[in-house]
Amino acid sequence: MYSQGLIGADSATTETEEFLAKFQARIDREEKIEPNDAMPAGYRKTLVRQIGQHAHSEIVGMLPEGNWITRAPSLRRKAALLAKVQDEGGHGLYLYSAAETLGVTREQMTEELLSGKAKYSSIFNYPTPTWADIGTIGWLVDGAAIMNQIPLCRCSYGPYARAMIRVCKEESFHQRQGYEAVMKLCQGTEEQKQMAQDAFNRWWWPSLMMFGPHDADSSHSEQSMKWKIKRFSNDELRQKFIDATVPQAEYLGLTVPDPDLKWNPEKNNGKGGYDHGEIDWDEFWRVVKGHGQMNRDRIKARNKAWDEGAWVRDAALAHAEKRAARQQKQAAE
Amino acid sequence: MSKETPLWEVFIRPRNGLSHKHCGSLHAADEIMALNAARDTYTRRGEGLSIWVVPSKAIFASDPDQIEENFEPGVDKVYRHPTFYEIPEEVGHM
Repeated sequence: MYSQGLIGADSATTETEEFLAKFQARIDREEKIEPNDAMPAGYRKTLVRQIGQHAHSEIVGMLPEGNWITRAPSLRRKAALLAKVQDEGGHGLYLYSAAETLGVTREQMTEELLSGKAKYSSIFNYPTPTWADIGTIGWLVDGAAIMNQIPLCRCSYGPYARAMIRVCKEESFHQRQGYEAVMKLCQGTEEQKQMAQDAFNRWWWPSLMMFGPHDADSSHSEQSMKWKIKRFSNDELRQKFIDATVPQAEYLGLTVPDPDLKWNPEKNNGKGGYDHGEIDWDEFWRVVKGHGQMNRDRIKARNKAWDEGAWVRDAALAHAEKRAARQQKQAAE
Repeated sequence: MSKETPLWEVFIRPRNGLSHKHCGSLHAADEIMALNAARDTYTRRGEGLSIWVVPSKAIFASDPDQIEENFEPGVDKVYRHPTFYEIPEEVGHM
């Protein structure tokens, strides 16, 4: 569902100039890089980190919404939410597979998530206290994710690009079901509308933060753009998201919680766009560094699921071994 | 961390008449669980009617550094293509 500007990538690389130039020429010709191809260590490391963070985000992203499956207000909403959360799990798996083609193991990645070493999108460290949060997540958080992910379908690394194509195909339903759920609240009673506005107020700014720090403060962005892992800068994508989302909020009769938001006809080369207020980057870094409301809860929930599933994994492997041994014995007779 | 669960490559036939196509990979203890997981992971929206799972360790790949040696000879043999041969127009479509 979601990626955010990559946090803490190390794209340092020590190959020869000649090797790097040859690699860059392939990228510039828009050739896809495939798993067994020679690639700079920095390219590999950046991708492992980015795809890993993206995969973890999908998996942790199941938690805030899973929280509401049993309490969805109708069968229609429950079916949609179940399908969406299942999709997120699937997206995590596509992405883990893509990362594994770069030589990292699933066990390593799982270990890094469970120990708190790996990052995931900080948007999931916010709580979901009301039903309106679920619609708003679909609309804004999946909406922001789509903005981020569509250019990733053209990422220079083949397995990542292919995984993103699958993800994007499934993601549109996520955003639409969310918007529909918020729309129903906005057409409902005054209390329901207030609940939608309250959720919108709480998710608007964190959604803008999903695109990552401003371009000027995003040190590894430039290298990622050069390697065509990234196609658009954080600020470009954020602007696209704002321009697309503000009219959607207006349609619902919701107020964007930004007093400085205003239409600027000069923006986007004269096509017009919205100027927006200052983003609270202190909050962003606080949450990234583990001090959001839900950081501890999320990792605790993942650890609990992992620990309680240990006997299932062990039993499955033991059963597989037993079956293989039995088959071998039968073949020998 | 417990033991590593084996990796499988998943191939899906979108519909009868087409061949199975690689769509991704997954971890599973054995082929039965791999097939179940492949169904849940890769066919949630009618993507296919048949699934193959193959242990990833059973796949051997050609070396990308040998692309030229391996595949160049196929490119420069123009006489392997029908347009290399001149057939008079009067003969008609061939």
